[in-house]
Amino acid sequence: MKPIVLRLFAFFLLLGSLSGCGYNSIQQNEEAVNRAWGDLESQLQRRADLVPNLVATVKGAANFEKETLTAVVEARAKATSIQLTPEMLSNAEAMNKFQSAQGELSSTLSRLLVAVERYPDLKANQNFRDLQNQLEGTENRISVARQRYNGAVETFNFSIRQFPNSMTNSLLLKLKAKEYFKADAAAKAVPEVKF
Amino acid sequence: MHKRLKALFLGGSVVVQLLCLVSTAFALDVPPLRGRVNDDAGMISAQTKTALEARLAELETDESTQVVILTVPSLEGEPIEEFSMKVVEAWKIGRKGYDNGVLLLVSRDDRKVRIEVGYGLEGRLTDLLAGRIVDNDIVPAFKEGQFDAGFQKGVESILLAVRGEYTAPSAEEKGNAPSLVLLLLLILFIYFISQISRGSGGSGPLINGGGPGGGFWGSGSSGGGGFDGGFSGGGGSFGGGGASGDW
Repeated sequence: MKPIVLRLFAFFLLLGSLSGCGYNSIQQNEEAVNRAWGDLESQLQRRADLVPNLVATVKGAANFEKETLTAVVEARAKATSIQLTPEMLSNAEAMNKFQSAQGELSSTLSRLLVAVERYPDLKANQNFRDLQNQLEGTENRISVARQRYNGAVETFNFSIRQFPNSMTNSLLLKLKAKEYFKADAAAKAVPEVKF
Repeated sequence: MHKRLKALFLGGSVVVQLLCLVSTAFALDVPPLRGRVNDDAGMISAQTKTALEARLAELETDESTQVVILTVPSLEGEPIEEFSMKVVEAWKIGRKGYDNGVLLLVSRDDRKVRIEVGYGLEGRLTDLLAGRIVDNDIVPAFKEGQFDAGFQKGVESILLAVRGEYTAPSAEEKGNAPSLVLLLLLILFIYFISQISRGSGGSGPLINGGGPGGGFWGSGSSGGGGFDGGFSGGGGSFGGGGASGDW
């Protein structure tokens, strides 16, 4: 009878210290990062889905500058060709590639929207205005999703670094810190307006 | 040993929270939620305000959907999208789980409007529709200085869009079942401990309190306390859907 009780005692002590040292919370935090990444990806996909419609609408406008449109189409093709699975979130190089492709799409799109300012007919077109609203809404969702993803990454990275958890992680889980999704410098820059 | 670790963790989380407080202290503060129409910029006449409040209260009793208006004098340089996100994250408009909240935000001096749509209403009040409401109903009236008309038209269009998506669930949904379960578990736990310590003669805690829960972006907690009108957000979350415009 007694050894069983002792063994039980030891087992629960181990269990207690494991959960106390973050075994569960680290994994919970990792799941939160994956979920936030999924949200961010679906918003990016949504933006990519809007582009063909936008291009088709703008194309209809009398002699709209070709190079701006081509740049958008190419940036979209590139952005959709690079995918990042949750397992690759710790890979700085892959994340950089993904980020720069998405950033390129952001900046070509904002250049397109600035160029449209020169076409009053297009600006007054209800179809175009609807698309513009959808695009702006999506960009906003992307930035919200990005902030939440970065928040989740911060929580996760902190939880594997903080003291007792860091032992749990280096001995048992061996998870790597995740990469942040930074706002692209090119996308942030306000596009130049030339007349 | 564990006590020290816990103290360390507590200390760490306090520092993180303080840092968060510092970083938000510089930006424009979110005003308190006082009712369905929060006219901090003084743009709406008393008569219209009462009418709007009645319309919005009617919607909430019918369908539990919460539409809230906020006007601010100025955004103090902050983008309206960011400020509006901060407001809805603080107010948690809409019912938890349904996420059926809408915020109509107007900044008087920046001449900017935004409709912020909760997750649960994005299917009805799409970015496209929100954009049309801003462009066609609100902005033209505001351009002529007719703020009352703009708010009324805008609210009517929003109501038209969101009506029928939800029906009001009964108010007693928030029963205290979880706390009962916790109590039961606690009793079982105490019984278990007393059995074991009787057997081995040992003492002291067997199981250290579970690890730190992932402190996440507040959508888990339900809305703030009671206000004078008895109105508060229900814990709805937002993902940045909606549209903005200026006049």
